Amino acid sequence: MDKTKPTIMITGAAGALAQQVIQRLRENANIVAVDFREQVYLGDEIPSYCIDFNKRGFEDLFRKYNFTGVIHLGRIMSSQETRMRRYNANVLGAQKLFEFCHKYEVKQVLVLSTYHVYGAMPYNPALIDEQAPLKAAELTMDLIDSVELENLSTIYLWKYPDLNITILRACNIVGPEVRNTISKILGSEYAPTLLGFSPIMQFIHIDDMADAIVLAFQTIKPGIYNVAPDDWVSYQDALLRSGCKRVQIPSIPPVLPKMIIKTFNLKKFPTYLVNYFKYPVVIDGRLFNKTYNFRPQKSLSDIFNYYKERKLMQGKGEY
Amino acid sequence: MGIKSYLTRKLVSPEFEAHMSKVNKPVGTLGYDPWGYNTETSKIVMSLFQHVYNTYFRVQATGLENIPAEGPVLIIGNHSGQLPIDGMLVAYSIASRQEKPRMPRAMIERFFPTVPLLGNFLNQLGAVLGDPVNCSKMLKNGEAVIVFPEGIRGSGKLYKDRYQLQRFGNGFLHLAMQNNATIIPVGIVGCEETIPAIANIKPLAKMLGVPYVPVALPVIFPAKVHLNFGKPMTYPNDNATEDEVTGRVEEVKTVIRELIDKGLQERKGIF
Repeated sequence: MDKTKPTIMITGAAGALAQQVIQRLRENANIVAVDFREQVYLGDEIPSYCIDFNKRGFEDLFRKYNFTGVIHLGRIMSSQETRMRRYNANVLGAQKLFEFCHKYEVKQVLVLSTYHVYGAMPYNPALIDEQAPLKAAELTMDLIDSVELENLSTIYLWKYPDLNITILRACNIVGPEVRNTISKILGSEYAPTLLGFSPIMQFIHIDDMADAIVLAFQTIKPGIYNVAPDDWVSYQDALLRSGCKRVQIPSIPPVLPKMIIKTFNLKKFPTYLVNYFKYPVVIDGRLFNKTYNFRPQKSLSDIFNYYKERKLMQGKGEY
Repeated sequence: MGIKSYLTRKLVSPEFEAHMSKVNKPVGTLGYDPWGYNTETSKIVMSLFQHVYNTYFRVQATGLENIPAEGPVLIIGNHSGQLPIDGMLVAYSIASRQEKPRMPRAMIERFFPTVPLLGNFLNQLGAVLGDPVNCSKMLKNGEAVIVFPEGIRGSGKLYKDRYQLQRFGNGFLHLAMQNNATIIPVGIVGCEETIPAIANIKPLAKMLGVPYVPVALPVIFPAKVHLNFGKPMTYPNDNATEDEVTGRVEEVKTVIRELIDKGLQERKGIF
């Protein structure tokens, strides 16, 4: 490893977003890739590990590499793993990560969070800013680990200011290779919706999100930031523009859609996210945009055209 | 998308389209704003609503020039008529004025977002959940917001109480002070006669989870509506006590009362 360059640990390395971040940083930094789920090959010059943050071997990485920074993208999403395993990885694992960062004098930590932490409720105002309470845990146990990860990051942000923790609460990240719930829905031919509900949503292209992460990491300004473009669209309009055929699920009484989803085992439309397809959670990204002079390059039309064109190519057997 | 484009072609005249293009309303690249307003839906419904405004209610609006062309504005009026027809008429009058039209936002009751179809439809027309945070954010964005400080006390009142102003909340004045917003009082005459109610079935309202269930004929009467907009009122953000704020609210209320009296004197008959 080049000792003149900073050494950065990037978690969640098997994910598409992490790989984009690695591509942007590998020229000017020594990268160490870590993932909870699988080991990925990212070239000979990038050491890659599949490791559980709660295992003793995790600390050895801090002993072996003198990390200057950590980009923690390895949050297990709500649609993956069991609730207990997610809690262990996302909360207890992250606590280990912060403790090691402090012990081994890491100078900067970036944590990727999600707008889900605000919670989807009928009384949500629009343009929710960073000071708003995190209500997601009230809705479902399945989002508790996401809220807890946030709370833990905030505790360490104040407890160890030398860690320079930056927390990014991103809106829906979509685009090529993204495997989250919303991206799977936009990419599918038939997309579920709740009859009579079409909440306003925000989308950010994976390229722009990778740029946002690199920008936030390269400029040390610790704090909590929403990341979202100044552009909005209703969910059902987004589906139509992405070339999806809408499958309307009855929405009242509230127990009915959950029953239908469970009966038909609609994994791409999980019951604990149902409220996010019913009520808007529109976040205010202006603080981040102003602080980092950030402006997404990909428009909503670019995003939806990608999904539409991909479907057309699949139809022609070219994809 | 497809249906909206079709309806726009069929229902929106080139003149109306040209007028709507003059409305200074910031939206994103696909015509939405953060509260769900949609340019295309709004254009279609406004185009249809012009007949309701001009022919059915034969609205006579004065003082529209008092509304500033830009910047944060709170339009404060008396509420009546069981349904939010008064808010729609006020909004249309401002959006359709010839000089520097604006697209004002109406604050709606908290149960609307839970109602399928209707909640999103109202959002697309510019209506917003009546939450102080929403109102504050919109004023910071330089929007014009319609607020009825009487709330359901005003819209749900019975015919025998018509044109009697109910208690005003102080929230709108705090928001105006905090956001340096101009207050435009408006006296609305005519909407009290659109859905006259003789009683409110409170147990049924409670059971249905709605604010009131009026005993009224299932028809909206074509009463002639007078909208009188008053002169701009401004208050400094001077850390006033609650008693002082209440005094300022009373000043606004007095002006609205005068504007209502003006409208009642102007009208020659209910229809």
